[in-house]
Amino acid sequence: MSDVLDVKVWRGTVEGSFSTYRVPRQASQTVLDVVTYIQRVLDPSLSYRFACRVGMCGSCAMTVNGIARWTCRTHVAKVAKGDALEIAPLSNLPVIKDLATDMSEFFDKWARAQGQFKGKLTRHDDFAQVEPASKARVAASAGIECIGCGVCYASCDVVAWRPEFLGPAALNRAWTLVNDERDVATAERLRAVAGDAGCHSCHTQGSCSERCPKQIEPTAGIAGLKRMVAKAAVRGTL
Amino acid sequence: MAMTNSSSLAATQAKHWYWQRISAMVLALCVLLHLGVIIYAVRSGLSAAAILGRTHGSLLFGGFYVIFVLACAVHVPIGLGRIAEEWLGCSTRAAQIGARLFGLLILLMGLRAVYGVVLA
Repeated sequence: MSDVLDVKVWRGTVEGSFSTYRVPRQASQTVLDVVTYIQRVLDPSLSYRFACRVGMCGSCAMTVNGIARWTCRTHVAKVAKGDALEIAPLSNLPVIKDLATDMSEFFDKWARAQGQFKGKLTRHDDFAQVEPASKARVAASAGIECIGCGVCYASCDVVAWRPEFLGPAALNRAWTLVNDERDVATAERLRAVAGDAGCHSCHTQGSCSERCPKQIEPTAGIAGLKRMVAKAAVRGTL
Repeated sequence: MAMTNSSSLAATQAKHWYWQRISAMVLALCVLLHLGVIIYAVRSGLSAAAILGRTHGSLLFGGFYVIFVLACAVHVPIGLGRIAEEWLGCSTRAAQIGARLFGLLILLMGLRAVYGVVLA
């Protein structure tokens, strides 16, 4: 291991190429530190996106040595191949410039999957009492820590094959809501997530679960949606 | 109208999914039994006479393989339709028509084979 990293960074939009930068190596350096060093010291024209730097906001995900990762919590020592790093924008999303992708479609799909909570209580009603250990609440709690970073979406082959596929994050959101007993829009939501664009297109390859930085398992949630949709179809409520 | 269309499409996909699952469960058992039959059959001879001697007129044999053929005819077209859509870029309608015709072919050929060794 030398004192300097050879970092290839994608420059351009869909058309473009990798530029190489030499970045001093430091202890406990993250990939985001590397990108920030390049932008602040070597090339101020580099575009990328970040906000919190502590794994909460979900804005700094990039493709690092071929694998989608949250860069603020990814140590260089863990992912560098020798002294080499290759940093590219997330796959399956349009590139705005350099490392910044357009995430509108990703979030529009959350809306298409009926990702909005719809309750029936008003401010005049008492609090809903939810049993924390109930099966539904445990299932919902397992999926609610999603930070919307898009790592699962960029890692999903089905998104690449079927551009209309809602993707793991949107389906995970739907799964948490159908398990939320306060929500009243289950029927519409199941209709929205069934079919070719929804849960039935998932091949259960599990790349999303493998790569989710928050250790969420969208694959399990999507399998749960398939079972729930099947039950609704048998009952005729779909 | 849009709701009805999306609803019926969702219901169709849901039905495809559970028929695929149920037929897969049947096939899992059938394949195991079928492997058992193969191991048993090669031990006691594979001549036409030996095979027909075991199968001809056997309701158990005929019944089992009719179930096997039916499960194949349900399972295979659903999967092939998916492959045609995703890998060959066929439209949903074209993929479904092609897959159903292939399913029908499997059904006819399979039932003909069962008829041939059990009843003919």
